Amino acid sequence: MAYAEPAVVDHAPPAEVPEVELYHAKTWLTKYVFSQDAKVIAIQYSLTAIAIGLVALVLSWLMRLQLGFPATFSFIEPADYYQYVTMHGMIMVIYLLTALFLGGFGNYLIPLMVGARDMVFPYVNMLSYWIYLLAVLVLAASFFTPGGPSGAGWTLYPPQSILSGTPGQEWGIILMLVSLMLFIIGFTMGGLNYVVTVLQARARGMTLMRLPLTVWGIFVATILALLAFPALFVAVVMSLLDRTVGTSFFMPHIVEMGEQLPYGGGSPILFQHLFWFFGHPEVYIVALPAFGIVSDLISTHARRNIFGYRMMVWAIIAIGGLSFVVWAHHMYVSGMNPYFGFFFATSTLVIAIPTAIKLYNWVLTLWRGNIHFTVPMLFCIAFIVTFLNGGITGLFLGNVSVDVPLSDTMFVVAHFHMVMGVAPIFVIFAAIYHWYPLISGRMFNQALGLFHFWVTFIGAYLIFLPLHYLGFVGVPRRYFEIGETGFVPESAATLNEFITVVALIVGFAQVVFMANLAWSVFRGRVAGRNPWRAVTLEWQTAEVPPGHGNWGPTLPVVYRWAYAYSVPGVEDDFVPQNLPPSQVKAADPSARAAE
Amino acid sequence: MDLLRQITEKPWLPQDAVERLHAERAIAAPAAKIGLRFFLAVVSVLFLLLIIAYAERMRFEAWRPGPQPVLLWLNTALLILGSVGLQWARVAANRRQIDGVRKGLMIGGFFTLAFLAGQIAAWRQLSGIPFFNMASPAIAFFYLITALHGVHIVGGLVAWGRATARVWRASAVARPLQGSVDLCALYWHFLLLVWLVLFGLLFSGNGNIDLLLALCGFR
Repeated sequence: MAYAEPAVVDHAPPAEVPEVELYHAKTWLTKYVFSQDAKVIAIQYSLTAIAIGLVALVLSWLMRLQLGFPATFSFIEPADYYQYVTMHGMIMVIYLLTALFLGGFGNYLIPLMVGARDMVFPYVNMLSYWIYLLAVLVLAASFFTPGGPSGAGWTLYPPQSILSGTPGQEWGIILMLVSLMLFIIGFTMGGLNYVVTVLQARARGMTLMRLPLTVWGIFVATILALLAFPALFVAVVMSLLDRTVGTSFFMPHIVEMGEQLPYGGGSPILFQHLFWFFGHPEVYIVALPAFGIVSDLISTHARRNIFGYRMMVWAIIAIGGLSFVVWAHHMYVSGMNPYFGFFFATSTLVIAIPTAIKLYNWVLTLWRGNIHFTVPMLFCIAFIVTFLNGGITGLFLGNVSVDVPLSDTMFVVAHFHMVMGVAPIFVIFAAIYHWYPLISGRMFNQALGLFHFWVTFIGAYLIFLPLHYLGFVGVPRRYFEIGETGFVPESAATLNEFITVVALIVGFAQVVFMANLAWSVFRGRVAGRNPWRAVTLEWQTAEVPPGHGNWGPTLPVVYRWAYAYSVPGVEDDFVPQNLPPSQVKAADPSARAAE
Repeated sequence: MDLLRQITEKPWLPQDAVERLHAERAIAAPAAKIGLRFFLAVVSVLFLLLIIAYAERMRFEAWRPGPQPVLLWLNTALLILGSVGLQWARVAANRRQIDGVRKGLMIGGFFTLAFLAGQIAAWRQLSGIPFFNMASPAIAFFYLITALHGVHIVGGLVAWGRATARVWRASAVARPLQGSVDLCALYWHFLLLVWLVLFGLLFSGNGNIDLLLALCGFR
């Protein structure tokens, strides 16, 4: 059935629920530093996440230098290499991706997209950021402690993570664990805000099924995070006690340097279960907001309503639910009852169904759409392709019999970088380019944006496609140096050099990206209102960038869903969500006849 | 079921725009209460995982059930009385009786503080036993779990302190005040429930959790 505007008079009855009093900052400090405005908090979250993310990016270059040119850089010792691996992984997954998607985009977009003035608990929201910043600082401090940061691998598996052979055993691991505890506490404060704001603070007329998919993605991801982070919290607290006060939650009887340690009877596998009970939902904590953002962006830039909106919502919920029953597929090589392996392989493969629904729906949204190859759209298409690639290798690894030989090889590294490294990062780029005109009021430089896209997109494939191959020939992950082996051909070393060179080039492209953003804040063309001609509420604010309280004197009223693009019989190819039906201009039939 | 109806709508079909305007809340409760419920869900997961970790650890070698301080029975009674006090305050707030709210909050606070003191006394008792060893898993779990529960109680006491201060300044029970007392009572009952489960399963002998594991086929 075709979409059509109902023929009703658009008088809005008075609101039943009175408006909540908004906190108004009086000083510069409370306006821009200790701000309770979700938009300012979002920018604080984003800048902090990107700053610590840059540290992780530099660490990845150092790792690549070592892998590409072993025995060349004297300042990279084996212990350093393990510290790079650990800190790169942990920072990217938790402190960059989770914080940027939920703390950054969640804070900026939720109130604006649902038509609220702010989050429901602004003070708690502010605390959330400051605790997050503290977590980042504690983590960063570990670089400067005796022994340096932890080198236990990002999974921090005991017993090895707290034994003396592991780099950072003195202080690094303690600071890492404390930082994670702080992160979880801070996130929980923010997460409660996101969930309750979506449920209870929507504008009049914004029913759940009129929410943009971005909000759905962030909403469900937040619920996942709220329920999954406690598992990491428990694991981290118990690990910290094992390290500091000598409990034996995870530590078995163990001999170190010929000496029997006082530990005994603990279960390292228990840590793995707790860690991955958090760790797998974490993949979707990052992926679901990305799914939502991509859905909205391709709909806007292809001028077409999203295909299968309800299925998209249900698929997000289904993926969220399923993500809690697949965790042990990360532990096939830890040993488990074969029936468990069978169960977890099956549940893992079942996730492919809702995920495939989403992929088909994105492609069908593009199908015969009026596609504008803007920079955000290019990144979205790159995401779809990359997520498909990474997802398919996930189907390989979800099977026990395929996973066992490939585990601990570069194939796994290639898989998870494609699916939860590169793909979500593409969405972050797409989202930054898309909402940059709203946040800064100016347009970015299109040519530099295109340069950034092509170098990053092609570069990412040149880096990670060969890694799959290296994994197949048996190159192990986590090795400082391969040396001479009977099974790794010499050409692998040449390939490694090539990958390193490309990685450095892609890294350089990110400098261009950031220079573009920084330059455009001051010198970019003034964007004006709604430059992408989008229908969602965040583009319909009275001021650009939106001011304190978002909406001026009156809150918006929502009359339709978030995808009213190219509506038949309407003059413009978009109808904003808050445009009253009486103001929707009908298309001129004579103009249509002339066409 | 209402949520189910809300997420099965077809937003692309023509809709009566005006009729839909009042659907701004998914759940008919104040934001703070929904926030607290979600927080309680998070805390439930935390303690559930600790119980699972405890049970999992029991199956491994060298498991010795920890000593059970008799004091915990008294502490349990104190926490129940604390919850009764908060419930008293809640009922009084619903009836707009400011004196009753004050008494209820005082009683609740007093017994909760007494519970915390009792827990600390139990910690000291335990640390004084011969062969005390933190590497003993049952002892370590006892300290960890009671400490985490205690931290949540202390967090509740902060909210209780703010509510009590407001009650003392107020001359009548206004709506926001009633809301705070209501949330405090909900939180207290929840932490009591958590404690009863923890005490019943883990700290009053391991018979109950053994039985539970046997019923689930793990033993």
